[in-house]
Amino acid sequence: MPNDYIHIILADDDEDDRLFFTDAFDELNMSTKVNTFNDGVELMDYLLCEEAILPQVLFLDLNMPKKNGIECLNEIKSNSKMADIAIAIYSTSASEEDIEETFVLGANIYIKKPSSFKQLKKVLSEVVSMNWQYHTNGLNKDNFLMRL
Amino acid sequence: MKLFIKFDFNAICKKVLETRLSELNIKYKILAFGEVELLEKVPTETYQLLTSSLDEYGIEIVENQKSILIQKIKDAIIDMVFNEDSTINVKSSVYLSEKLGHSYGYLSNLFSEVTYTSIENFIIIQKIEYTKQLLLSTDLSLTEIAFKLNYSSVAHLSTQFKNSTGITPSAFQRIITKRRNMAQQ
Repeated sequence: MPNDYIHIILADDDEDDRLFFTDAFDELNMSTKVNTFNDGVELMDYLLCEEAILPQVLFLDLNMPKKNGIECLNEIKSNSKMADIAIAIYSTSASEEDIEETFVLGANIYIKKPSSFKQLKKVLSEVVSMNWQYHTNGLNKDNFLMRL
Repeated sequence: MKLFIKFDFNAICKKVLETRLSELNIKYKILAFGEVELLEKVPTETYQLLTSSLDEYGIEIVENQKSILIQKIKDAIIDMVFNEDSTINVKSSVYLSEKLGHSYGYLSNLFSEVTYTSIENFIIIQKIEYTKQLLLSTDLSLTEIAFKLNYSSVAHLSTQFKNSTGITPSAFQRIITKRRNMAQQ
């Protein structure tokens, strides 16, 4: 139903980045619900518990303590329960190697963290609306690759 | 004798909605003026009964008609993109307004209002998806695909692909091939 919320999760150890992220969604008015986690362990604990609401889009920072983004990505991709989650890598790095590696491992979206709040809002709204297109129009998610 | 009557349309509509919805055993919540949320999936038959019983009062379900039209726009676009013979040399705006019997301006506004994207962008997304599909499932070169999809040049398709996805067609092909090889190991 169109009135449903779009569930979004961000795992990032940087407090400022988490704050910018939730603020950006607050200002976007896209009927989203955003949850944040401080590291990979917290994130995976949540995703694996029975009553977890799985997000439509999961934003993953690459460099996190305890469990990094790549480890999370691998665990999520090997769990069939989580097959429908679109994974967006959300990183300060824009090295071609990181980008290609995460795509090959199954990420759908790669975002280099924008430097301005305005740019962040634009990027996040593009991600959510593109994901929405895949979700509502039965497009093949295996072919969903996007870099911003 | 003449009676002078004052109406509260809001109250009347609400009462009618409540009565009709309860009669059909539909679980609902009245959200605001002109908005009702159905809390369960309603079978098509019941839905038709609801439509006709509200019709007596001149109450019309609008949102749903909008979403039906949106679906028709999408279907027409998908048909246009994937069935390339049907639209040679016809502008998409002309094609859509003729096929659906509304002005393009109306269709375009409605579409943007409901789907988080514009018709133009939706067409591009579909074309790029079709390109991806052709790249992966056929031996066609990008040049041949560009020709098949009515692009003026391969550069145009390539640029649109990059703008829409952030990656080049060849990087896309390389990544998906690597993924598939990995899955086979």
